[in-house]
Amino acid sequence: MSARKKIVAISSGGGHWIELLRLRPAFKGHFVVYVTVNEAYRAHIGNAPLRVIRDVTRWDRFGLLEVTAQITRILLQERPDVIVSTGALPGFFGVLIGKRLGAKTIWVDSLANVEELSMSGQKIGPHADLWLTQWAELARPQGPHFVGNVLGSEA
Amino acid sequence: MKLLVTVGAQLPFDRLIRAVDAWVEDHPEHRVLAQIGETDERPAHARWTKFLMPDDFDREFDTADVIVGHAGIGTLFAAMQRGKPILVLPRESARRETRNDHQIATARAFESYAGIVVAWTADEVAAGLDRLLETEGSTTLAGETGGPLIERINAFIESA
Repeated sequence: MSARKKIVAISSGGGHWIELLRLRPAFKGHFVVYVTVNEAYRAHIGNAPLRVIRDVTRWDRFGLLEVTAQITRILLQERPDVIVSTGALPGFFGVLIGKRLGAKTIWVDSLANVEELSMSGQKIGPHADLWLTQWAELARPQGPHFVGNVLGSEA
Repeated sequence: MKLLVTVGAQLPFDRLIRAVDAWVEDHPEHRVLAQIGETDERPAHARWTKFLMPDDFDREFDTADVIVGHAGIGTLFAAMQRGKPILVLPRESARRETRNDHQIATARAFESYAGIVVAWTADEVAAGLDRLLETEGSTTLAGETGGPLIERINAFIESA
Protein backbone atom coordinates (compact mmCIF):
# COMPACT_ATOMS: atom_id res chain seq x y z
CA MET A 1 0.00 0.00 0.00
CA SER A 2 1.26 3.41 -0.91
CA ALA A 3 0.54 6.56 1.07
CA ARG A 4 -2.85 8.18 1.09
CA LYS A 5 -3.09 10.70 -1.74
CA LYS A 6 -5.07 13.88 -2.03
CA ILE A 7 -7.24 14.04 -5.13
CA VAL A 8 -9.19 16.92 -6.63
CA ALA A 9 -11.99 15.51 -8.82
CA ILE A 10 -13.46 18.25 -10.99
CA SER A 11 -16.20 18.44 -13.61
CA SER A 12 -19.07 20.52 -14.90
CA GLY A 13 -22.66 19.39 -14.43
CA GLY A 14 -24.99 16.82 -15.98
CA GLY A 15 -23.39 13.85 -17.70
CA HIS A 16 -19.84 14.98 -16.88
CA TRP A 17 -20.62 14.88 -13.16
CA ILE A 18 -22.33 11.50 -13.43
CA GLU A 19 -19.27 10.10 -15.18
CA LEU A 20 -16.98 11.59 -12.52
CA LEU A 21 -19.05 9.85 -9.83
CA ARG A 22 -18.63 6.60 -11.73
CA LEU A 23 -14.87 6.87 -11.20
CA ARG A 24 -15.20 6.96 -7.41
CA PRO A 25 -14.16 3.33 -6.84
CA ALA A 26 -10.76 4.28 -8.30
CA PHE A 27 -10.30 6.82 -5.49
CA LYS A 28 -10.81 4.37 -2.64
CA GLY A 29 -8.46 4.85 0.27
CA HIS A 30 -7.53 8.38 -0.77
CA PHE A 31 -8.79 11.81 0.26
CA VAL A 32 -11.00 13.39 -2.42
CA VAL A 33 -12.19 16.97 -2.78
CA TYR A 34 -14.94 17.35 -5.38
CA VAL A 35 -15.19 20.53 -7.43
CA THR A 36 -18.26 21.15 -9.57
CA VAL A 37 -20.85 23.74 -10.56
CA ASN A 38 -23.90 22.77 -8.54
CA GLU A 39 -24.40 22.86 -4.78
CA ALA A 40 -27.18 20.25 -5.09
CA TYR A 41 -24.61 17.61 -6.10
CA ARG A 42 -23.46 17.48 -2.47
CA ALA A 43 -26.19 14.88 -2.00
CA HIS A 44 -24.27 12.45 -4.24
CA ILE A 45 -20.96 12.32 -2.38
CA GLY A 46 -21.78 11.64 1.24
CA ASN A 47 -19.33 13.30 3.61
CA ALA A 48 -16.69 14.15 1.01
CA PRO A 49 -15.93 17.86 0.71
CA LEU A 50 -17.48 19.72 -2.23
CA ARG A 51 -16.37 23.08 -3.56
CA VAL A 52 -18.68 24.90 -5.93
CA ILE A 53 -17.39 26.98 -8.82
CA ARG A 54 -19.12 29.14 -11.38
CA ASP A 55 -20.68 27.42 -14.42
CA VAL A 56 -19.32 28.91 -17.63
CA THR A 57 -19.27 28.42 -21.38
CA ARG A 58 -16.24 29.21 -23.44
CA TRP A 59 -17.98 32.32 -24.81
CA ASP A 60 -18.37 33.91 -21.40
CA ARG A 61 -15.09 35.80 -21.07
CA PHE A 62 -15.66 37.33 -17.68
CA GLY A 63 -16.96 34.03 -16.39
CA LEU A 64 -13.84 32.28 -17.69
CA LEU A 65 -11.63 34.66 -15.77
CA GLU A 66 -13.62 34.20 -12.61
CA VAL A 67 -13.71 30.43 -12.79
CA THR A 68 -9.99 30.32 -13.55
CA ALA A 69 -9.38 32.38 -10.42
CA GLN A 70 -11.69 30.13 -8.38
CA ILE A 71 -9.98 26.96 -9.53
CA THR A 72 -6.52 28.41 -8.97
CA ARG A 73 -7.48 29.41 -5.43
CA ILE A 74 -8.92 25.97 -4.68
CA LEU A 75 -5.86 24.17 -6.03
CA LEU A 76 -3.48 26.42 -4.11
CA GLN A 77 -5.43 25.72 -0.91
CA GLU A 78 -5.90 22.00 -1.46
CA ARG A 79 -2.51 21.23 -3.04
CA PRO A 80 -3.67 17.87 -4.48
CA ASP A 81 -1.31 15.09 -5.56
CA VAL A 82 -3.69 14.15 -8.37
CA ILE A 83 -6.30 16.00 -10.42
CA VAL A 84 -8.91 13.98 -12.29
CA SER A 85 -11.57 15.33 -14.64
CA THR A 86 -14.27 14.09 -16.98
CA GLY A 87 -14.72 17.55 -18.51
CA ALA A 88 -15.78 19.90 -19.60
CA LEU A 89 -14.40 23.44 -19.35
CA PRO A 90 -13.85 23.58 -15.56
CA GLY A 91 -11.99 20.28 -15.75
CA PHE A 92 -9.89 21.59 -18.59
CA PHE A 93 -8.77 24.52 -16.43
CA GLY A 94 -8.32 22.29 -13.42
CA VAL A 95 -5.95 19.96 -15.30
CA LEU A 96 -4.12 22.87 -16.94
CA ILE A 97 -3.54 24.78 -13.71
CA GLY A 98 -3.00 21.69 -11.58
CA LYS A 99 -0.26 20.46 -13.88
CA ARG A 100 1.56 23.73 -13.41
CA LEU A 101 1.23 23.41 -9.65
CA GLY A 102 2.92 20.02 -9.79
CA ALA A 103 -0.04 17.65 -9.57
CA LYS A 104 -0.35 14.48 -11.63
CA THR A 105 -3.27 14.91 -14.01
CA ILE A 106 -5.92 12.58 -15.41
CA TRP A 107 -8.34 13.42 -18.20
CA VAL A 108 -11.16 11.00 -19.03
CA ASP A 109 -13.02 12.24 -22.08
CA SER A 110 -16.80 11.91 -21.81
CA LEU A 111 -18.60 8.84 -23.06
CA ALA A 112 -20.86 11.26 -24.91
CA ASN A 113 -18.00 12.12 -27.27
CA VAL A 114 -18.41 9.15 -29.53
CA GLU A 115 -17.05 10.19 -32.89
CA GLU A 116 -14.48 12.75 -31.90
CA LEU A 117 -12.95 14.04 -28.71
CA SER A 118 -14.45 17.12 -27.12
CA MET A 119 -12.63 20.36 -27.91
CA SER A 120 -11.32 20.42 -24.34
CA GLY A 121 -10.37 16.76 -24.70
CA GLN A 122 -8.26 17.42 -27.78
CA LYS A 123 -6.41 20.38 -26.34
CA ILE A 124 -5.77 18.83 -22.93
CA GLY A 125 -3.48 16.08 -24.28
CA PRO A 126 -0.10 17.68 -23.54
CA HIS A 127 -1.23 18.58 -20.01
CA ALA A 128 -2.71 15.23 -18.99
CA ASP A 129 -0.32 12.63 -17.56
CA LEU A 130 -3.03 10.05 -18.09
CA TRP A 131 -5.09 10.97 -21.15
CA LEU A 132 -8.04 8.66 -21.81
CA THR A 133 -10.94 8.32 -24.22
CA GLN A 134 -13.83 5.95 -23.53
CA TRP A 135 -14.01 4.85 -27.14
CA ALA A 136 -11.50 2.44 -28.71
CA GLU A 137 -12.05 4.10 -32.10
CA LEU A 138 -10.76 7.43 -30.78
CA ALA A 139 -7.55 6.09 -29.24
CA ARG A 140 -4.21 7.07 -30.80
CA PRO A 141 -0.72 5.65 -30.10
CA GLN A 142 0.44 8.95 -28.57
CA GLY A 143 -2.88 9.41 -26.72
CA PRO A 144 -5.62 9.58 -25.85
CA HIS A 145 -5.57 5.94 -24.77
CA PHE A 146 -8.47 3.56 -24.35
CA VAL A 147 -8.70 1.10 -21.47
CA GLY A 148 -12.45 0.91 -20.87
CA ASN A 149 -15.39 3.12 -19.96
CA VAL A 150 -17.34 4.24 -16.90
CA LEU A 151 -19.89 1.50 -17.48
CA GLY A 152 -17.21 -1.06 -16.74
CA SER A 153 -16.77 -2.41 -20.28
CA GLU A 154 -13.65 -4.38 -21.02
CA ALA A 155 -10.94 -3.03 -23.28
CA MET B 1 -47.54 -0.19 -15.84
CA LYS B 2 -46.55 3.43 -16.03
CA LEU B 3 -44.41 4.55 -18.95
CA LEU B 4 -42.61 7.85 -19.40
CA VAL B 5 -41.68 8.75 -22.96
CA THR B 6 -39.21 11.60 -23.32
CA VAL B 7 -37.59 13.20 -26.35
CA GLY B 8 -35.37 15.52 -24.32
CA ALA B 9 -35.38 19.28 -24.08
CA GLN B 10 -33.85 20.20 -27.42
CA LEU B 11 -35.55 18.70 -30.45
CA PRO B 12 -38.85 16.92 -31.07
CA PHE B 13 -38.73 13.31 -32.19
CA ASP B 14 -42.05 12.60 -33.94
CA ARG B 15 -40.90 9.25 -35.29
CA LEU B 16 -40.53 7.91 -31.74
CA ILE B 17 -43.78 9.44 -30.49
CA ARG B 18 -45.75 8.02 -33.45
CA ALA B 19 -44.36 4.53 -32.88
CA VAL B 20 -45.10 4.59 -29.16
CA ASP B 21 -48.58 6.01 -29.73
CA ALA B 22 -49.42 3.13 -32.07
CA TRP B 23 -48.31 0.71 -29.35
CA VAL B 24 -50.42 2.54 -26.75
CA GLU B 25 -53.50 2.11 -28.94
CA ASP B 26 -53.04 -1.66 -28.68
CA HIS B 27 -52.20 -1.53 -24.95
CA PRO B 28 -54.78 0.75 -23.29
CA GLU B 29 -54.13 -0.95 -19.94
CA HIS B 30 -50.86 1.00 -19.49
CA ARG B 31 -50.57 4.61 -18.37
CA VAL B 32 -48.33 6.54 -20.73
CA LEU B 33 -47.10 10.12 -20.50
CA ALA B 34 -45.23 11.41 -23.56
CA GLN B 35 -43.02 14.49 -23.43
CA ILE B 36 -43.03 15.42 -27.11
CA GLY B 37 -41.11 18.71 -27.38
CA GLU B 38 -41.93 21.60 -29.70
CA THR B 39 -43.88 19.88 -32.48
CA ASP B 40 -47.25 20.15 -34.26
CA GLU B 41 -47.92 16.43 -34.08
CA ARG B 42 -50.07 15.16 -31.21
CA PRO B 43 -50.32 11.62 -29.90
CA ALA B 44 -53.88 10.30 -30.30
CA HIS B 45 -53.68 7.77 -27.47
CA ALA B 46 -50.92 8.67 -25.03
CA ARG B 47 -51.23 11.58 -22.63
CA TRP B 48 -48.74 14.20 -23.69
CA THR B 49 -46.97 17.39 -22.68
CA LYS B 50 -44.51 19.46 -24.66
CA PHE B 51 -42.04 19.90 -21.85
CA LEU B 52 -41.61 18.94 -18.20
CA MET B 53 -40.08 21.27 -15.65
CA PRO B 54 -37.11 19.66 -13.85
CA ASP B 55 -39.07 18.84 -10.68
CA ASP B 56 -41.94 17.31 -12.65
CA PHE B 57 -39.48 15.46 -14.84
CA ASP B 58 -37.78 13.93 -11.80
CA ARG B 59 -41.11 12.93 -10.27
CA GLU B 60 -42.38 11.34 -13.50
CA PHE B 61 -39.06 9.59 -13.97
CA ASP B 62 -39.02 8.27 -10.40
CA THR B 63 -42.58 6.93 -10.56
CA ALA B 64 -42.42 5.41 -14.05
CA ASP B 65 -41.94 1.66 -14.41
CA VAL B 66 -40.41 1.93 -17.86
CA ILE B 67 -38.69 4.76 -19.76
CA VAL B 68 -38.79 5.30 -23.53
CA GLY B 69 -36.48 7.84 -25.12
CA HIS B 70 -33.88 8.79 -27.67
CA ALA B 71 -30.38 7.33 -27.30
CA GLY B 72 -28.86 10.31 -25.49
CA ILE B 73 -26.29 9.70 -22.76
CA GLY B 74 -28.28 11.87 -20.35
CA THR B 75 -31.48 9.89 -20.87
CA LEU B 76 -29.70 6.53 -20.60
CA PHE B 77 -27.83 7.52 -17.45
CA ALA B 78 -30.99 8.95 -15.88
CA ALA B 79 -32.72 5.60 -16.38
CA MET B 80 -29.74 3.50 -15.32
CA GLN B 81 -29.15 5.54 -12.18
CA ARG B 82 -32.68 4.86 -11.08
CA GLY B 83 -32.56 1.23 -12.18
CA LYS B 84 -35.39 1.77 -14.69
CA PRO B 85 -35.65 -0.39 -17.79
CA ILE B 86 -35.43 1.76 -20.91
CA LEU B 87 -36.13 1.47 -24.62
CA VAL B 88 -34.26 3.85 -26.91
CA LEU B 89 -34.65 4.71 -30.57
CA PRO B 90 -31.50 6.46 -31.85
CA ARG B 91 -31.98 9.72 -33.71
CA GLU B 92 -30.67 9.66 -37.29
CA SER B 93 -28.92 12.54 -38.98
CA ALA B 94 -30.22 11.44 -42.40
CA ARG B 95 -33.73 12.18 -41.09
CA ARG B 96 -32.55 15.52 -39.69
CA GLU B 97 -33.30 14.35 -36.16
CA THR B 98 -29.85 15.37 -34.98
CA ARG B 99 -26.63 16.76 -36.42
CA ASN B 100 -24.62 13.55 -36.52
CA ASP B 101 -25.11 9.87 -35.81
CA HIS B 102 -23.60 9.86 -32.32
CA GLN B 103 -26.82 8.35 -30.93
CA ILE B 104 -26.39 5.28 -33.12
CA ALA B 105 -22.91 4.75 -31.68
CA THR B 106 -24.21 5.40 -28.17
CA ALA B 107 -27.01 2.87 -28.65
CA ARG B 108 -24.49 0.29 -29.86
CA ALA B 109 -22.38 0.85 -26.75
CA PHE B 110 -25.30 0.43 -24.36
CA GLU B 111 -27.19 -2.30 -26.21
CA SER B 112 -25.64 -5.21 -24.33
CA TYR B 113 -26.67 -3.96 -20.89
CA ALA B 114 -29.54 -5.64 -19.09
CA GLY B 115 -32.64 -3.51 -18.95
CA ILE B 116 -31.72 -1.56 -22.08
CA VAL B 117 -33.48 -2.34 -25.34
CA VAL B 118 -32.54 -0.60 -28.58
CA ALA B 119 -35.12 -0.21 -31.33
CA TRP B 120 -32.99 0.37 -34.42
CA THR B 121 -36.04 1.39 -36.45
CA ALA B 122 -39.48 2.69 -35.52
CA ASP B 123 -40.88 -0.69 -36.59
CA GLU B 124 -38.99 -2.35 -33.75
CA VAL B 125 -40.48 -0.12 -31.03
CA ALA B 126 -43.64 -2.17 -30.37
CA ALA B 127 -41.84 -5.51 -30.08
CA GLY B 128 -39.12 -3.84 -28.04
CA LEU B 129 -41.67 -2.48 -25.58
CA ASP B 130 -43.32 -5.87 -25.24
CA ARG B 131 -39.92 -7.37 -24.50
CA LEU B 132 -38.99 -4.63 -22.05
CA LEU B 133 -42.20 -4.99 -20.05
CA GLU B 134 -41.24 -8.60 -19.39
CA THR B 135 -37.76 -7.57 -18.23
CA GLU B 136 -37.24 -8.09 -14.55
CA GLY B 137 -33.89 -6.65 -13.53
CA SER B 138 -32.20 -3.77 -15.23
CA THR B 139 -28.67 -2.54 -15.13
CA THR B 140 -28.35 0.03 -12.46
CA LEU B 141 -25.62 2.58 -12.09
CA ALA B 142 -26.26 2.53 -8.36
CA GLY B 143 -23.83 -0.35 -8.25
CA GLU B 144 -20.13 0.36 -8.28
CA THR B 145 -18.13 0.66 -11.45
CA GLY B 146 -15.41 -1.88 -11.93
CA GLY B 147 -13.31 -2.92 -14.84
CA PRO B 148 -10.11 -1.82 -16.53
CA LEU B 149 -10.74 1.93 -16.51
CA ILE B 150 -11.13 1.99 -12.73
CA GLU B 151 -8.09 -0.25 -12.28
CA ARG B 152 -5.95 1.92 -14.55
CA ILE B 153 -6.89 5.15 -12.77
CA ASN B 154 -6.44 3.57 -9.36
CA ALA B 155 -2.96 2.33 -10.32
CA PHE B 156 -2.07 5.78 -11.60
CA ILE B 157 -3.18 7.41 -8.34
CA GLU B 158 -1.28 4.87 -6.26
CA SER B 159 1.92 5.64 -8.14
CA ALA B 160 1.43 9.42 -8.24
